Amino acid sequence: MESRIRVLFLISAVIMLSGCAATKNLFGMGPESAPAPASEPPGQVIDPAVERREVKEPQIDREDFELGAFIGVMSVEDFGTDFVYGARLAYHVTEGFFVEGTVGQTEAGLTSFEVLSGGATLIDDDDRTFTYYNLNLGYNILPGEGFIGEGRAYNTNFYLIAGLGSTRFAGDDRFTVNFGAGFRFLLTDSLALHVDFRDHLFDIDLLGEEKTAHNLEGHLGVTVFF
Amino acid sequence: MRNGWILERNTTTTPSTSRSNSSSWTACIVALTLLALTPGHAEAADEDLRTVAVADPYLEMHTGPGRGFPVFHVVDRGESVVIIMQRTDWYRVRATDGTEGWVDQAQMELTLKPDGSEVDFARATLDDFTNAKWEAGVLAGDFGGANIISLYGGYSLNPNVSIEVWGSQILGNFSNGWMGSVNVVHETWPDWRISPFFTLGAGVIRTEPKSTIIQGEDRTDQIGHVGAGFRIYATRRFLLRAEYKSYVVFTSRDDNEEVEEWKAGFAFFF
Repeated sequence: MESRIRVLFLISAVIMLSGCAATKNLFGMGPESAPAPASEPPGQVIDPAVERREVKEPQIDREDFELGAFIGVMSVEDFGTDFVYGARLAYHVTEGFFVEGTVGQTEAGLTSFEVLSGGATLIDDDDRTFTYYNLNLGYNILPGEGFIGEGRAYNTNFYLIAGLGSTRFAGDDRFTVNFGAGFRFLLTDSLALHVDFRDHLFDIDLLGEEKTAHNLEGHLGVTVFF
Repeated sequence: MRNGWILERNTTTTPSTSRSNSSSWTACIVALTLLALTPGHAEAADEDLRTVAVADPYLEMHTGPGRGFPVFHVVDRGESVVIIMQRTDWYRVRATDGTEGWVDQAQMELTLKPDGSEVDFARATLDDFTNAKWEAGVLAGDFGGANIISLYGGYSLNPNVSIEVWGSQILGNFSNGWMGSVNVVHETWPDWRISPFFTLGAGVIRTEPKSTIIQGEDRTDQIGHVGAGFRIYATRRFLLRAEYKSYVVFTSRDDNEEVEEWKAGFAFFF
């Protein structure tokens, strides 16, 4: 019995391996089908003594990505204001344009109805966690320099962003449009401070009629370029 | 200057005559610290590789990597600069006197390697757009009246045919959901700047009715789709993409559902 299983296993292994061999060139992963070099007679191997000095782009440190975290305050319409925190990843496509992904989380408080009514609640406590992600396009509209004292100059950028995403709040995922503006202050070429103001808009019908909610956010962030 | 560094490093030795344990440890730590602080051979060699000579009458150094930043320093023809880093189309360079500044790509392309040949600052072109192996992007649009946000990654088997994996979030008025699919994409003229494609694929869709809607259960169905669209080369490694797909949802009910999708977005190839 055991030997039969072993035979079956071997057969399947052989089939799979031959299949791999047949398909690997199809996927462009196999070696180029160059003929094997003719065997060189000993003693004629060229030993390059001259080291070529070439500038290749991969040797240059490219720093187009920006990764960081932020903390601030966010107002959830009808549900009060609380701390917000999150993370940001950006890729600078040109000196002007960048694309950015952000994730953030805050806690929604009580509506005035819930406070005044005493005990009635509109949503469960679990559903009060407000989590969003956004994919944005940004533009550095006012690049410039900031001066501290007479001897120090720091590069800055005032930028605009707009984009789409989703917000999980009150038990549903909500299609969210967000836009805003920010200020990037580069402490060094690789370390930046951010101040951002954003508005997150989505439709919500939790309080009876459907309306577009404006959820304003202001945060401070730190990012590193890599 | 670089040789000076190397000499300094070579003369940094641990005093071997010391008998006291603690002092030899101290010496070791001092030596290690010096080694750590001193650029080694590898770094020196690396810097050597990143050194280029100015071939234009002069090289302008800007205070920042972008339009409008003022020129504050000029490096004359024949002098060399070391490239420290690159951000978008700007290079941070250091002149022999230690001054550092940003130089744009157009000027860097007029520098020469130490052996006198031109430096090739590779930049992505239309050719890379046609032949790149990997691609990833973000699209958003309309999926049968609901909003859809999609991420995808693709691998090219050859310039004409590629395989893509998609993940989408669907956000509607009555239900939300997720969708995952695998596509085969065929480009007839991949070398065109605006390259049309056809696509065919299959996957699964997860539908979750909204919490304010009473009836309806979460369900997962299989989908199949056909579609067509355009990939448009924008700049560098950046492309725009717009597409239409027609989905058939194989439901467990009597009738299959048909859904039309329109999407646009951007992507990168690498």
